[in-house]
Amino acid sequence: MLSRTAENLYWLARYVERAEYLARTIDATLRVTALPAAYIGKTNEWDSALLTAGVAASFYQQYQEANEHNVVEYLSFSANNPSSIRNCIEAARLNSRSVRTALTSEMWDTINSAWIELQEVWSKGTSTREELAKFLRFVQETSLRFDGSAYRTMLRNDAYWFSRMGLHLERADNTARILDVKYHVLLPEEEHVGGPLDFYQWTSILRSVSALTAYHWVYRETLKPWLIADLLILNDTLPRSLASCYGNLVRNLDQIGVAYGRQGPAQRHARGIRNRLEHSNMNDIFQHGVHEFIQEFIADNSRLGEIITKQYLI
Amino acid sequence: MAVAFDEMNIPGGDLRPAYQELARWLKETPPEALEYRRQEAELLFRRIGITFAVYGDSESTERLIPFDVIPRIMSGKEWALLEKGLKQRVRALNMFLRDIYHGRDILRAGIVPDDLIFQNPVFRPEMNGQQVPHDVYVHIAGIDIVRVDAEDFIVLEDNARTPSGVSYMLENREIMMRLFPDLFARHRVAPVERYPDELLSALRSVAPQGASGEPTVALLTPGVYNSAYYEHSFLADKLGIELVEGRDLIIKNNEVFMRTTEGLKRVDVIYRRVDDDFIDPLTFRPDSVLGVPGLMSAYAAGNITLANAVGTGIADDKAIYSYMPDIVKFYLGEEPILKNVPTWRCREPKDLAYVLDNLSELVVKEVHGSGGYGMLIGPAATKATIEAFREKLKREPEGFIAQPTLALSTCPTCTASGLAPRHVDLRPFVLTGSKTTTIVPGGLTRVALKEGSLVVNSSQGGGTKDTWILDE
Repeated sequence: MLSRTAENLYWLARYVERAEYLARTIDATLRVTALPAAYIGKTNEWDSALLTAGVAASFYQQYQEANEHNVVEYLSFSANNPSSIRNCIEAARLNSRSVRTALTSEMWDTINSAWIELQEVWSKGTSTREELAKFLRFVQETSLRFDGSAYRTMLRNDAYWFSRMGLHLERADNTARILDVKYHVLLPEEEHVGGPLDFYQWTSILRSVSALTAYHWVYRETLKPWLIADLLILNDTLPRSLASCYGNLVRNLDQIGVAYGRQGPAQRHARGIRNRLEHSNMNDIFQHGVHEFIQEFIADNSRLGEIITKQYLI
Repeated sequence: MAVAFDEMNIPGGDLRPAYQELARWLKETPPEALEYRRQEAELLFRRIGITFAVYGDSESTERLIPFDVIPRIMSGKEWALLEKGLKQRVRALNMFLRDIYHGRDILRAGIVPDDLIFQNPVFRPEMNGQQVPHDVYVHIAGIDIVRVDAEDFIVLEDNARTPSGVSYMLENREIMMRLFPDLFARHRVAPVERYPDELLSALRSVAPQGASGEPTVALLTPGVYNSAYYEHSFLADKLGIELVEGRDLIIKNNEVFMRTTEGLKRVDVIYRRVDDDFIDPLTFRPDSVLGVPGLMSAYAAGNITLANAVGTGIADDKAIYSYMPDIVKFYLGEEPILKNVPTWRCREPKDLAYVLDNLSELVVKEVHGSGGYGMLIGPAATKATIEAFREKLKREPEGFIAQPTLALSTCPTCTASGLAPRHVDLRPFVLTGSKTTTIVPGGLTRVALKEGSLVVNSSQGGGTKDTWILDE
């Protein structure tokens, strides 16, 4: 297939995934900030939402203060934020249009309909929390529909694998970012572990990656930072864990390698990251430092993106 | 101006036979049901994204072409005549092009004046003496036809460069079948869905000699901001070929390759929807980023087929148009089956004098214009506009032709105040491969939605209709 087509598919999947993650982040933040002050503590949850979205620096070039209004505006609707939900959907739609021949009609329909529907929201914004909640739900549902129609309707060929790669690479990045911003509440040596403050912070982490219920099914325990980290980093039964994303990335890259009859640096690099995840345990990771571990992972993950681009997309 | 021919009703109240079933159905169908279907059709068009871009219109860069749910119907007999005339005309167009870029018999015979060719900006000296694969120049022709009475079809324009609109012919049919299955059940409408297959086999048949047994065909688009981008992606999809942009292609050793995830892959035939001017910055406009540097050398080396060929603009130029009946006679020794609109060539002093005297009666067109821009419709124009045009004509007479305002036929069309007659034209698509010329039964019917208006161009607010050829 055309390199440009593969590139568009890969980025299309990344944008859709990112839009959903942003919607989840805002949603989780709203829940925490709705709690009485005693439960939240002094941290500014809106600040950490900006950090996990990776846009704190650009935000502060335009705004003085991170409050609900500003951050929701910036993450959702701002045309000036290249990573806002709005720009993700716009870019996804533009990419879809230029690779329509590689999309199934169901996928196109999902993106195009969402784009049409959201035109109105862009122009008006949301004035109440109900409207905002509805919007966030719509974005998440769009992503689900897109993902589902890709899964159900695409031929299992390189077009599918490139788009899955974009999705898993982006997803791994998102999960790693939320861990990185929140790693301090996961530190086991904290003295007041288990207070209401931590409890709601942990809940919000799990909500951001849609894993709150999963946690209880997997561990059948009350929330414990150690186990939360284990779930999000090493447990490959959780679709948004780093281990699961890398299992998929390695599989997709192998499928492409087989189809093209050639392996390359992308396959090797991805396998290296997966092996490291497979052979780690939480004990070592805490010893080494969660923050350091995650930082290295984020760098490795973005390095894989560069290698894939060089090997296939240009 | 004469009363327009009504495609449905014979004066006096009788119906033309092809429309009898439709008329019965319309009588049974309440107007609200039609309106409901119209809205549904619009929603479908928008969701599927069947849009075109309007240049210089920043408000909405993507627009829908209004779709009218009342089909335009022709009998099989009428179509058979039209088909014969179209094939004849396109055969002549191809022979004319081959001649112009090679022996130039027609110029020596004094049928077409030399300067109309050599001083014409769309003439491509680069194509002089160049062999094009299988001698086919116009692989895809869109011939604009109007009807003025029960017998006569008249060619309004030959589109021999990169004619568009075929996606609407196909999508209009799809949507009509979805919305009006019962209406189809009551007619025998000849299908048009074979078009993509016919197009692909025509394109494959003209692959250059050096191509492999399964030639690789690609569609070259200027990109997602082009007004016909929807059509480009639609066709590439239906044909199962890559939709490429200039940056996806690269020339090596005079061969054309596309950049793929598995490395470079050779391309043999390019269905190009990029104009001559932009196709190769090394040969034509150096500022073009849409083209492929070196494409023309690969073409000259015989390693790639371009469809349509480069330089075909000379055949659909409005100045050449008036010679078409003579061109058909010259190459085929046959009487043209399809007529031309009587045309005054303003370059000829006698014609110019007549045109200047009768401006308020005539349609004056720029020889190189398209899309309904830069034309004067005398009967509808203000005095000031006419005077302004008079000056233009005197300054540059060779830039214009003039034609009488034709009474284009009308078809019943949904309007705010119920069904009403609106003027229509028809663009059938003629495909020429190495051995055969084919036309799927139908075409794109364009309809002027404003009462009395003769302008059917989509860029000027015209709409489209499904075109039914009855299989009798």
